[in-house]
Amino acid sequence: MIYQPATYLNLPAWRSRVLLALILLGLLGLAGRAVYLQGVNRDFLQKEGKSRYSHIVEMGASRGMITDRHGEVLAISTPVASVYADPKLVTASTEQLAKLATLLKMDLPEIEKQVSNPARRFVYLKRRVLPSVAESVAKLNVPGIFLDSEYQRFYPAGEMTAHILGFTNIDDQGQEGIELAWQDTLMGTLGSRRVIKDRKGQIVENIENISAPRQGEDLVLALDSGIQYLAHRELKHAVKANKAAAGSVVVLDAQTGEVLALSNFPTYNPNRRSSFTPEGIRNRAIVASFEPGSTLKPFSVAIALELGVVNSDTLIQTAPGTLKIGRRTIRDVKNKGVLTVAQVIQESSNVGTAKIALSLPPETMWKMFNRSGFGALTGVRFPGEISGVLHPYNKWGVIEQATMSYGHGISVNLLQLARAYTLFTAEGELQPVSLLKRNSSVMGQKVISKETAKAMSEMLEMAVKPGGTAPLAQVKGYRVAGKTGTAHKPVPGGYAKNKYIASFVGYAPASDPRLIIAVMIDEPSAGKYFAGLVAAPVFSKVMAGALRILNVPHDAPANNVVSFPTVTGFEVGG
Amino acid sequence: MTKINICLMSILILCALGVVTSQHEARKLFATLESEHEMTHQLEVEWGKLQLQQSMQVTHGMIESAAREQLNMGMPAETRMHTVMPTYFVGLTDAEGLFIP
Repeated sequence: MIYQPATYLNLPAWRSRVLLALILLGLLGLAGRAVYLQGVNRDFLQKEGKSRYSHIVEMGASRGMITDRHGEVLAISTPVASVYADPKLVTASTEQLAKLATLLKMDLPEIEKQVSNPARRFVYLKRRVLPSVAESVAKLNVPGIFLDSEYQRFYPAGEMTAHILGFTNIDDQGQEGIELAWQDTLMGTLGSRRVIKDRKGQIVENIENISAPRQGEDLVLALDSGIQYLAHRELKHAVKANKAAAGSVVVLDAQTGEVLALSNFPTYNPNRRSSFTPEGIRNRAIVASFEPGSTLKPFSVAIALELGVVNSDTLIQTAPGTLKIGRRTIRDVKNKGVLTVAQVIQESSNVGTAKIALSLPPETMWKMFNRSGFGALTGVRFPGEISGVLHPYNKWGVIEQATMSYGHGISVNLLQLARAYTLFTAEGELQPVSLLKRNSSVMGQKVISKETAKAMSEMLEMAVKPGGTAPLAQVKGYRVAGKTGTAHKPVPGGYAKNKYIASFVGYAPASDPRLIIAVMIDEPSAGKYFAGLVAAPVFSKVMAGALRILNVPHDAPANNVVSFPTVTGFEVGG
Repeated sequence: MTKINICLMSILILCALGVVTSQHEARKLFATLESEHEMTHQLEVEWGKLQLQQSMQVTHGMIESAAREQLNMGMPAETRMHTVMPTYFVGLTDAEGLFIP
């Protein structure tokens, strides 16, 4: 066989050209695709590629905690577990789900319904369960059931500090009280950073910090837990014993104006939503106002002393125990005859105070009340704070001026009233109040002179001794000064005959005041209603305990309270 | 010529290996750092939990009821209390001749 090489193939010429053209077309197509991918679609593809390995991760920030002035924790956030299911991955048997149901205290059909829809990838079974429950659920090891951690707010002191602190909602946003007022400080800001994750999902490298997280700041309150507990316990006892509708106590540092204790009753437990009632949530000491009655008398008399219109020994005629002004009559409990100005305060004479006040122009009296902080916000930044009502002096008639002098026709809140008494404890300067602990000293505003403050303080000391209206406010071993107020509650059309607000504001030790305590009992209905019997004992117990807690040296002999005599000479606002 | 090429080539390979090794080391260290961060976070969370536990165990109310009921404590009677007032006299000596500041 002779090998005959083919010299040329006898194929039609077009076949090879077509082939060439097809191949060129294919190449062009590829080139076009390459141009498309590289040029036109480049950004999209790069982004997709990056998203496979680079992720933005959130950096958590927890809510700041709130402590009292000694660092005792009053509000703290802690992670709690929430049980959730990924229905797609749930492959549990009925008995496993039944066990889960008993642990979570839910019904089995409910759980089965939640996990039955495989299209949903995330469904909460129960939010915020106890740590023990969470542990048991984890031990069960049901596939498709996971634990997620969420932060929850706890209040260790419970109902004791409830009104000041307020509470947060389910998203950890403050709703009331300090939680609301300082929401921005307490709440942290989430941060984020860009990282590279590997195939297993672990973070391999930090590319950049997009924003740094800001942890929530801790807040230190001026509160003293020991004094707060004492005040709360005594208030609760007094409100129950006197069958009152409500009550409030405020304890202020007499020199710096810090709120060492603030308690109201009825109260609520911020750890349990179910205990919230509309009456219980109100922080009455700050958001409710009332007509103070005779606790306002020291201010009317103080301005008269300051201007030299009267002095402590000026005689005031209060006979026959009534004063007729226009259509209204101002009454004293009985005809007390001629009294010195000091006795007007000691025995709380409405007629005497009205006469002193009427010798002043309305504008002067208004300025005194205004400068003492009435009718304006106290500046504590408490949400819902009420400023009270102080009518402008050009709207005052003679009767209004007279009744206002003994605390009717004007409304104040308990915190304002307590703060106003810093005039007598801080040498005539009104101190600013603060719910937060003060680390530096503050400037007060001068309202009356040091001498007037001292003169009034002496009169207030007499009011607490036998012969005054509040001998039950005495404290063993300390000199106490203060003023009672038993005021009829206003109702539409006048004043209620048998509804009173019994209040007492006082301070101790009188030689160098450290604490001001203001007590208000609303509608005492167990027979006694005079402030000297209802509010003064609360003051005495809280003051005694608080002075002991603060280690305040005695300024009177231990037997300064001889006995608790029967109280005479009460006053009731007319 | 080829010798230089081979030299450079081997140096290049060595550098590449070096890069790979350091990147690997860096990632291992980073993983350790991340786990330390995570542990810090866990410890902070636990500290918060313990603080909370502590505050809930020692509320003033519980201390008072424990003192009154379990330890039978109470305020001493008047007759058993003696108040000692501070003495403000400087340079005084008492009966035994001790200096009272």
